[in-house]
Order: sequence, then C-alpha cells, then structure tokens
Amino acid sequence: MRSIFEWLSANEQMIYIVILVIFLGFIVISRVPTVLHTPLMSHANAISGVVIIGAIIVMGRADSNNYAALILGLLAVIFGTINVVGGFVVTDRMMEMFRKKK
Amino acid sequence: MGVSILSVIYIVAAITFIIGLKMMSNPATARNGNTIAGIGMVGAIIGTIFLFKDDAGANLRNHAWIFGGLVIGSVIGVVMAKKVKMTAMPEMVSMFNGLGGASAAVISIAEFNQIVNNDFTIKIGQVYESGYEQLVLPVTAGTMIILFAGLVLGSITFSGSVLAWGKLSGKVKDFAFKGQHLVNLALLIFAVGLSAYVTMNKSEVSTIWFYVVLILSLIYGVFFVQPIGGADMPVVISLLNSLSGISAACSGFLYNNKVILTGGILVGAAGTILTILMCKAMNRSLVNVLIGSFGGSQSAAGEKGSMQHKEISLNDAAVVMSFANKVVIVPGYGLAVAQAQHTCHELQKILELKGVQVKYAIHPVAGRMPGHMNVLLAEADVSYEKLMEMEVANEEFPSTDVVLVLGANDVVNPAAKHDKSSPIYGMPILDVESAKMVIVNKRSMKPGYAGIENELFYQPKTSMLFGDAKKALNDLISEIKSI
Repeated sequence: MRSIFEWLSANEQMIYIVILVIFLGFIVISRVPTVLHTPLMSHANAISGVVIIGAIIVMGRADSNNYAALILGLLAVIFGTINVVGGFVVTDRMMEMFRKKK
Repeated sequence: MGVSILSVIYIVAAITFIIGLKMMSNPATARNGNTIAGIGMVGAIIGTIFLFKDDAGANLRNHAWIFGGLVIGSVIGVVMAKKVKMTAMPEMVSMFNGLGGASAAVISIAEFNQIVNNDFTIKIGQVYESGYEQLVLPVTAGTMIILFAGLVLGSITFSGSVLAWGKLSGKVKDFAFKGQHLVNLALLIFAVGLSAYVTMNKSEVSTIWFYVVLILSLIYGVFFVQPIGGADMPVVISLLNSLSGISAACSGFLYNNKVILTGGILVGAAGTILTILMCKAMNRSLVNVLIGSFGGSQSAAGEKGSMQHKEISLNDAAVVMSFANKVVIVPGYGLAVAQAQHTCHELQKILELKGVQVKYAIHPVAGRMPGHMNVLLAEADVSYEKLMEMEVANEEFPSTDVVLVLGANDVVNPAAKHDKSSPIYGMPILDVESAKMVIVNKRSMKPGYAGIENELFYQPKTSMLFGDAKKALNDLISEIKSI
C-alpha cells in the first residue's frame, strides 16, 4: 500500500496530465460531427501510435548484442510505425474526398 | 541542452495533437489538422532518436535498427493506407488499433525483461543544474502495475482487433458457447489476479507467470470479441480504439513521457466518446452489447408465415422514382458489400436531372464503424450537405414520396418502436414508414446480420426490389434513362 502512495506522489504531474487531458479530450472530440467519425477514428489511431516513442527508447538503449531486446524493439517500432504512418495517410486520403465537393 | 530541446519538441507535439483533433470538428479544416498532428508526430520521433538521453545519460544507440524498423513500418503503412478500399475501412482501422496495442504490449515485455535483468531495480536519470545523476531504485509496485496494465490492455487490444478484422473481412464466423461470458470473466479475473500476485511477490516468483498473463490476455481478447455480432461492430471498434489509446498511455507512465501520455489519453477519450455515442444510437448499454450475443434465438420467426411481401418491377420502381418530388436514400452495410456507392451517386444525379430532390438519411450505426456510410458516399463524391442525420431525416420522411433502402435492415425496423420482445426494442430508428412509399433493395428475404425479422418488408407501403445493390441500381439507372 505504502509503495502505491509513493508511486502516486512520484507521478503527481503525470496524474494531473491524465485528468486534464481526459476532460480536454472529451470537450474537443464531442464537437466532431457524425460525418467525420470514421476519419476521427483513423486520426486518433495514428495518434495512439505515439507509443512508438517508447519502442524507439527500448531499442535505443538495448546493448547491441542483446538480440532479444533488439528484436522485441524492432517489432514494436514496426507495429507503431504502421499505426502512425498508415493512420495519417489514410485519414488524409479520406479528408481529400470530403474536401473535393466543398 | 539536447534534453531541454527534446522537452520543447514534446510539448509542441502534444499541442499539435490537440489542435489536430480540434480541427477534425470541421470538414474544411480536418485535413490540415491531420497534417499538423502528423508533423508533430514526426518531430517527436526524430527528436527522440537523436536527443533522448537514457538512464546513464548516453544517447540512444542502434540507429540502424531503429531506422530499419521505421522504414519497414512506413512502407507497409503507406501501402496499406493507399490500397485499402473505402468499404474495407472498418477492417483497416481494426488492424491499426491492434498494431498499436501490440506495440504497447511488446514494450511492456521488453521493459519487464530489462527489470528482471537488473534484479528488480530501475535506473532513473535525473538532470540537475550541476549535471547528470543516475539513481538506482527498487522497482515500485506502481511501476509493476503499469507494466502489467500495458501488457494486459495491449494484448487484449491486439488479439481482439485481429479477430474483429477477421470477422469484418468475413474470414471468421461468429461463434459463442454456453457460459462463454463466465469463462471470459474468469479469464480476466485470473489474469488480473496473477498480475497482482506477481507484483506483490516480484522477486520470488518465476518470470514464467508474466508470460502466462500475456497468454491469458491474448485469449481473453479473442473470447471477448468473438460472440459480438456484426451489427454491434461499431461499438467494438470504438472500444478497441479507446483501449489502444489507454495501453499507449501506460507506456507514457513507464517512461515518464508526457507526450506519449497525452496522445494515449486523447485517443482513449476519443474512443470512449465514440463508444458511448454508438451505444446510445442503439439504446443499449455497453455491458449489454458485450455480453448480449445479438440475434438469432429471440426473433419472432413464427409470425412470418402469415405475412406476404410484394415485389416491384424495375420499370415500376423507375417510374415512381422519376416522378417523385423527393426521394430519400437510406444506405446500409449492403451498399458497402456491393461496392455500390458510385452507382448510388449516379442514380442521385440522374434523378436530379429529372427534377427530383434526392437526399440521404444516415443512421449513426449504419455500416460497421462510426461514420462508415459518410466515408463511402464522400468517396463517391456525394456532397456531405446531402447527408441527413437521423433526427433531421425523421422530420423529412412525412414529406418524402419514395424512400429507397439500400442494404440497410435493422436501422429501419419498426419493431424497435413497439415490439418489446424484439432484441432491438428501444433503438432509435429511421422512420421510413412515414414516407408515402418505401422501396427496399435486398439480396433476398433472409433476415439481416442481426437475424431479426423486419416487419417493414411486409407493410402495404413497402415494395421489395431484389438483387445485388450495384446491379439493381445499374438496372434502375438504365430504366430511368429510357423513360
């Protein structure tokens, strides 16, 4: 129990961020009209690929002979990149279709 | 200096994510919003590679591996994104969700290995004005909990999304066994309990248990998506979207990295909102969607025998539509399956040439993901001003001469309004029956994905036009031309 409290106080800033971003996210995203729900989702998808930064860190700190870590890191980087790049590109493709008419 | 520049880059990236999402609220600015967030992301990635300092204050190594992964991932991502058909968007989004989850789970595995190798201590780099100091601290329960949360949520997102992808692309059939929900619950409790046990006794227990949690979570992901019917897919995809964000946020905690945290939580919030909206659109609770395997058994098949449907010939359909004042088209998943969105737009144009006013009525859960129909019609160049949301459409129906239902079923089923025994009772629907005439295009009289009989098809106002949506529309267009 004590260690949980210690963890909470050590991560105080992070927890503030979580709370504020939850409310911010709800406010910003509630304004997105139904028409754009699919692009919103693929855009959000791309943003969740930000986890790739963690994957890069895993890989970049691994010893160059620690193949287990390198291969795990490589997998995480590839998955994350597909998520980021694919997400942004497909959203762009959709938005182009929406804009053509306007 | 490098570290503080990286902080600035991260702050800017977090701002671009928020601005990007904000700009998504208007079709005119959404594309730029997407680009802005993309630039922020690229900046954060490049910045991390060159400026990040690890626990010992050294730069990241293994650049060849990192860039190799980035290049492979980019190529796959671009090819997938460019090649995907708009009708297959739900599958694609599921796949991306799954990969994000997988990435988070793999990070947890790699970090766990690291922690085990260091005998459950963690090295934390601290930057002071005087320089750099490295602290070696025992791993706290909090870190272990985050590690497990990332592992469990990431793996569930991954296996659940892969299964959702399989179901949406027709490779996997729905399947549920008796008591599956209890098995699911047991699996989840077991995985969480085991995580807690390992967290509390981390230095004594075998590391094998960590991998048992991984496997349990993967199985849970499969079992949790498996019994959910096609009509409920919009809810599941939104939920998995939300989970992929939350599992990313776990990695943010792990690295004390605020940009990962911000991005992850934003996505978690987006997915949660969409989940809530989709549930509302079906007037069901999330729990009901997740455990109520939809369709089949409860449908009142008995009444069917006494009811007669009537068919309409192409010629008659062409005549009533060309001489109508106002036609409303109700698209559904059948339109996507038949890839008929372009033909549908052609029909709209040819009717408009004849002076008919044509609009579209879009139910929030039409298709297999939120906004699915809007994207399809946008692809076919249909102006989004012609698309009406449910409330607006329901006000328009009484003054509508002909409603053309294209491959939609449950979203126009009047049983939702009055039949308490119907599984979709209470779901807000498109009131097409208040129009003067309804033409329903379907492949056959078989009930839809949810397996519910639709009494709309037997009403005197309704005529059936059987056939594949694309072919039927093409025939209809040539008939109208010949009038």
